Amino acid sequence: MLSPVLCSDLAALEPEYTEADVISTVEFNQTGDFLATGDKGGRVVIFQREPQGEYNVYSTFQSHEPEFDYLKSLEIEEKINKIRWLPPHNPAHFLLTTNDKTVKLWKVSERDKRAEGYNLIDEKGRLKDLSTITTLQVPVLRPMDLLVEASPRRVFANAHAYHINSISVNSDCETYLSADDLRINLWHLNITDRSFNIVDLKPENMENLSEVITVAEFHPHHCHLLAFSSSTGATRLCDMRARALCDQHAKLFEEAVDPSRRSFFSEIVSSVSDVKFSHSGRYLLTRDYLTVKVWDLNMENKPVETYQVHDYLRTKLCSLYESDCIFDKFECAWNGTDSVIMTGAYNNYFRMFDRASLRDVTLEASREVCKRRAVLQPRRVCVGQKRKETDVSVDSLDFRKKILHTAWHPKENIIAIAASNNLYIFQDRLTPNGHHNTPEIQSAPPK
Amino acid sequence: MAGAEGDDSLYPIAVLIDELRNEDVQLRLNSIKKLSTIALALGVERTRTELLPFLTDTIYDEDEVLLALAEQLGSFTVLVGGPEFVHNLLPPLESLATVEETVVRDKAVESLRKISQEHSPVDLEVHFVPLVKRLASGDWFTSRTSACGLFSVCYPRVSSSVKADIRQHFRTLCSDDTPMVRRAAASKLGEFAKVLELDYVKSDIIPLFTALASDEQDSVRLLAVEAGVSIATLLPQEDLEALVMATLRQAAEDKSWRVRYMVADKFSELQKAVGPEITKTDLVPAFQNLLKDCEAEVRAAAANKVKVFCENLPEDSRETIIMTHILPCVKELVSDTNQHVKSALASVIMSLSTILGKDNTVEHLLPLFLVQLKDECPEVRLNIISNLDCVNEVIGIRQLSQSLLPAIVELAEDAKWRVRLAIIEYMPLLAGQLGVEFFDEKLNSLCMAWLIDHVFAIREAATCNLMKLVEKFGAVWAQNTIVPKVLGMANDSNYLHRMTTLFCINALSEVCGQEITTKHMLPVVLKMSTDQVANVRFNVARSLQKIGPVLDSSALQAEVKPVLEKLATDQDMDVKYFALEAISVLALA
Repeated sequence: MLSPVLCSDLAALEPEYTEADVISTVEFNQTGDFLATGDKGGRVVIFQREPQGEYNVYSTFQSHEPEFDYLKSLEIEEKINKIRWLPPHNPAHFLLTTNDKTVKLWKVSERDKRAEGYNLIDEKGRLKDLSTITTLQVPVLRPMDLLVEASPRRVFANAHAYHINSISVNSDCETYLSADDLRINLWHLNITDRSFNIVDLKPENMENLSEVITVAEFHPHHCHLLAFSSSTGATRLCDMRARALCDQHAKLFEEAVDPSRRSFFSEIVSSVSDVKFSHSGRYLLTRDYLTVKVWDLNMENKPVETYQVHDYLRTKLCSLYESDCIFDKFECAWNGTDSVIMTGAYNNYFRMFDRASLRDVTLEASREVCKRRAVLQPRRVCVGQKRKETDVSVDSLDFRKKILHTAWHPKENIIAIAASNNLYIFQDRLTPNGHHNTPEIQSAPPK
Repeated sequence: MAGAEGDDSLYPIAVLIDELRNEDVQLRLNSIKKLSTIALALGVERTRTELLPFLTDTIYDEDEVLLALAEQLGSFTVLVGGPEFVHNLLPPLESLATVEETVVRDKAVESLRKISQEHSPVDLEVHFVPLVKRLASGDWFTSRTSACGLFSVCYPRVSSSVKADIRQHFRTLCSDDTPMVRRAAASKLGEFAKVLELDYVKSDIIPLFTALASDEQDSVRLLAVEAGVSIATLLPQEDLEALVMATLRQAAEDKSWRVRYMVADKFSELQKAVGPEITKTDLVPAFQNLLKDCEAEVRAAAANKVKVFCENLPEDSRETIIMTHILPCVKELVSDTNQHVKSALASVIMSLSTILGKDNTVEHLLPLFLVQLKDECPEVRLNIISNLDCVNEVIGIRQLSQSLLPAIVELAEDAKWRVRLAIIEYMPLLAGQLGVEFFDEKLNSLCMAWLIDHVFAIREAATCNLMKLVEKFGAVWAQNTIVPKVLGMANDSNYLHRMTTLFCINALSEVCGQEITTKHMLPVVLKMSTDQVANVRFNVARSLQKIGPVLDSSALQAEVKPVLEKLATDQDMDVKYFALEAISVLALA
């Protein structure tokens, strides 16, 4: 059972938060001891897990600033689109952050010593009388209060004509990819002035444009494999060993759409908004507007599992289209053992699916639960008549409250949920010592 | 010593020490670069006990400061008291060898390698080897990668028990969890093998090499290729087949194009390492496959090696191998779909003619040259033209001239100015090989046309080209063919063309000599001093300054001086400036 360990309200004092406070990405590091969030204001906040299990703010820094592209007369937002942690190098932490155009590598490090003793300045900062200097003094380092500093190490700019939607670090730990709407580039982490284009979907004539890249990710173990998804609902697996240019895919994961159910919205709702390899590397998890699907890398023609996230919206696509909600990009996540998957929904609800028992649950991230530190209770959305007092009718769902960004601790049952300007962290209460238990899902099995 | 007058001499050092932690990076960097001055002032004792401990902890600093520090410490032995105390430098270098920035780590390792030579054998075992072991078993991959580069410098100078220990540590690093460390180990494997006894190369290094060459990471496997080449040079011929060839064959057929690319890139080294017999049996088929690889990058890398590979084939069977195995692949590459492949081939294909001799060149290579001379990609054509001298030696250039001319003309008129620029640079070479008659007949007009190109870089290169041509064909030729045309442009209505005349005169006066300069060029320059465009006038002043040394003093006094004096009173500031400059340089005042 999940209960909150932290409910961080980045604008706690003002009930009216500003747009800049809205969280735009959440990511745990490889050990799960640190969690980073990025927001629309270009800030990155890093949380560190205390020995008691709580996550506290460790460092905050401004990663990106608003810019203006004078050549194209375009404003470049400072919004952080993605954050990815590098595998640990040394006591410092390294993370890649990106906005629409520029990827940056940040180092977050601790300093606990300070040099003391000047030759020409005394303790109070005044210039010493030169005649009193008879010997040279070498500075000595003395302990000081712990200081956490974030410093930009590299800036990878000017390689994307379109908006960057994904970054992903390769398992070789020396390269990473950045993907925009039409191209995927491969970078070396030490080289900022050059990147290699490995996928290019841009047609000769932009009028023939039929699909855009929505997300791309490297395989967790095989350095040569990468997956990318497109707005048509296809996910392609590329083998970088075969060719330098991966325009030709090795595998194509796509489900044939039932022609009888085809409608104006079919293509829009099948656009893949997130792709995640399982930790084992065997499966791919894709999220489209209404479902999450699990694909076996060895089977291309259909997913091995399909879970309905909010099937009750199928009749409401028209109004969701008018409000642009249909273009919301929900992310998805695996738990540490690949047995449970999680993804967000509307009304501050998020969904979890247990792959073995096929049970699913809808939970709500709310300030009230956090304040009471209570166990999360399952919610139910009903289409017709309410069966229980706690049921919520489809028509009363709040579509402005959406959970787009979620992350699962790499080993334990701790999840991070971003709901507009709030970050919720929930922990499985039954496993305070971090056993590999899946959260118990209390709900009726799906029909 | 440090009496009253010592204070003054201390001051600059005190400033340097304080600036070691100034907020301004540039000042810190300056201070670090003068670290030897600080150490000298402190003396060896205080350098060891105070300065080095402080430096050991300054790893928070900016990369450029750390880089400078790592470099300084490599030549600090004298400043800590000589070889006896050199081990005092190890702690700061050890901490620098663990920072995340690769360039800093590499520099720290370089300095450690340098000072390892200054350790006595005893100190090496007591101080240096433990440091290597500490780095090799460090928690972070940064320290373990640094360790990889230190094994080979201490191995030859330690006792056999320590040697065994070092080998063990290296083995461990080759199977490290992180690909970064395995990459570092793979890249140092060849170097380490060189200092090992041959028996250990066979028993230790070969299994490591085999393992790294089948690593799951492409980036590790491709580094193993280079190690394989170094190891192959160490092994006696009879052991090669059993110990390394299977692995190398596998690398040449690796699933990843990056690994095959590496094999292609190192092919000539590999060929030298394995010797003529294995080359015939193994490398020839492998090379054929690389030339036919499905990835263009690999084909291009292999195509680049065609010349060297063929040159180094054993003499007795060279011609047969090329004719039956290599040439068919080369023929296919001439019409490759990828222009990088074709242009790589074009840069080496001409040199095959020297290896194959006249008859084969005429029969087999010439058709290929002709195809490439007509290639759609200008780079391919340029590469052929730039290597014409190889063919010239074997069959003479006349065989090619029929196709050469249209190719040159087309490049000379290419829409891209960089292409035009490139062909201009080959003009003197072509002129030398085609001879003066052919040149006058076909190419002279091209050279003159470039003088009125609309891109300045082309006009500039064209003037320089004229000078080189005159150097080749002599002043008489210049007087008859190019000087009249150049001087004719002085009356052009476009002032840019008039200026080109001046630039040409600047370039040509010296090679043409005093007579032509005085008789033909000088009058034109002087006449242009009344040009209505100021840019032309000040270039007249500059030209006069340039050609002045070629003229005799009577011409200078009688003709140049009055004109310059007049220009010195010009309304335009720049004209005045250059006129006065010319007067003073030519000493006409």
